[in-house]
Amino acid sequence: MSFTTMLTTMLPGVGRTCLLFILTAVLSLILGIFVMFLRQSRIKPVAAVTKIYISVMRGTPLMLQLLVWYFGPFYLFGWSIRGYRFTAILLGFVFNYAAYFAEIYRSGMGSVPVGQNEAAQVLGYSKGQAFIKIILPQVVKRILPAVTNEVITLVKDTSLAFALAYQDVFSLAKQISASQTSFMPFLIAGIFYYIMNYAVAFAMDRCEKALSYYTI
Amino acid sequence: MTLLEMKGIHKSFGDLEVLKGVDLTVEKGHVVSVIGPSGGGKSTLLRCATLLETVDAGSIAYSGEYAVTMENGRAVYASPAALKSVRRRFGLVFQNFNLFPHWSVLRNVMDAPVSVLKLPKAEARDRAMGFLEKMGLADKADAYPCQLSGGQQQRVSIARALALDPEILFFDEPTSALDPELTVEVLRVIRSLAEEHMTMVVVTHEMSFAAKVSDHVAFMDGGVVVESGPAAQVISAPTQERTRKFLEGFNQL
Repeated sequence: MSFTTMLTTMLPGVGRTCLLFILTAVLSLILGIFVMFLRQSRIKPVAAVTKIYISVMRGTPLMLQLLVWYFGPFYLFGWSIRGYRFTAILLGFVFNYAAYFAEIYRSGMGSVPVGQNEAAQVLGYSKGQAFIKIILPQVVKRILPAVTNEVITLVKDTSLAFALAYQDVFSLAKQISASQTSFMPFLIAGIFYYIMNYAVAFAMDRCEKALSYYTI
Repeated sequence: MTLLEMKGIHKSFGDLEVLKGVDLTVEKGHVVSVIGPSGGGKSTLLRCATLLETVDAGSIAYSGEYAVTMENGRAVYASPAALKSVRRRFGLVFQNFNLFPHWSVLRNVMDAPVSVLKLPKAEARDRAMGFLEKMGLADKADAYPCQLSGGQQQRVSIARALALDPEILFFDEPTSALDPELTVEVLRVIRSLAEEHMTMVVVTHEMSFAAKVSDHVAFMDGGVVVESGPAAQVISAPTQERTRKFLEGFNQL
């Protein structure tokens, strides 16, 4: 198999990896906000359950969680899991990453001085206004480096989807390498992940620079 | 005309009773300084007045509009809508400024009038520039708080409070985070406001400032107002032993 054939065979995998990455990043970054609020809920049982959820997500391997999401419905309820593969993968990734993001958000919220909220309150801003206009922008600035770390990890973690036979770059590289007894697919996959993370780091760096006009 | 009337204010944090029945009345156009040792309850009193803390007992009224009343021995706060209208009557200047760091100086001063009072943007901008000019900071309108000195930041925060046109302005140790030079710069501004008959309550450790600028002085210690009266009398001829001791400490420096 020629180099170009390898590349073109692996190309659909690139698309699948990107799809999984983008969907997971967008959904988990959003879900994380809700998880953070639930985690800090004044209703004690809600906060307790959320805490357990975060603890389990962080305390068990993501690959294991993917297997549970995919095979769980069948073993537990006897449901058919035909056509459910991608949904299971997405659920596994989104719920796992939302837990991490929620904790990053929480640390960001905690690091904004109380005085900011107090000033907003005295000036007459509603709670919603104060959060959106005053607290959130400062939280974003504070958590950006931590989020960058997590997003970069996510790019690489998408390769765990091979556990559910998702035909991403990593899976295809493994298959082609085995069938062609070649090292080249691994190299191609490695370069792809590196470039993708380079792009992520570059974009996040731009965001940080855009917010560097003020210091806290 | 009485702008603020606080009666029998009690406030505890856990087992620690910080305010043990404090009364404070502020007449329109007056400057009231609250002095006393740290931990005496001055800041807590101010935080209760500005609704940042909830009182355990007592009543607070702004121009007769009640924020808290006593009902059957319990402090009961007014509805959120009523509190919102009460909040419009006062402004607060913090010890550590609490400017919004992600906004320019101008936006810090004009955003609340636009977002809260729903003033048209152009009008809010003109008014904000007016206040900044008054504070000698018109040239800093486009700067960010982190680019200003502490004294400048505090003057911006005074402008921010004035922009909402409060009836009464509170200062919580406005110069405690500043060096002597910057302190003078901020005290001068407060003094100029006093000359315009702005009603103010100033928690301060600047005794000479309190003596010169305020009409009334309240000396607080141990959660009570130990002594209060005309500034000259309380500071130069205190009648209470505790007040005398506190002020002597200052003079010995």
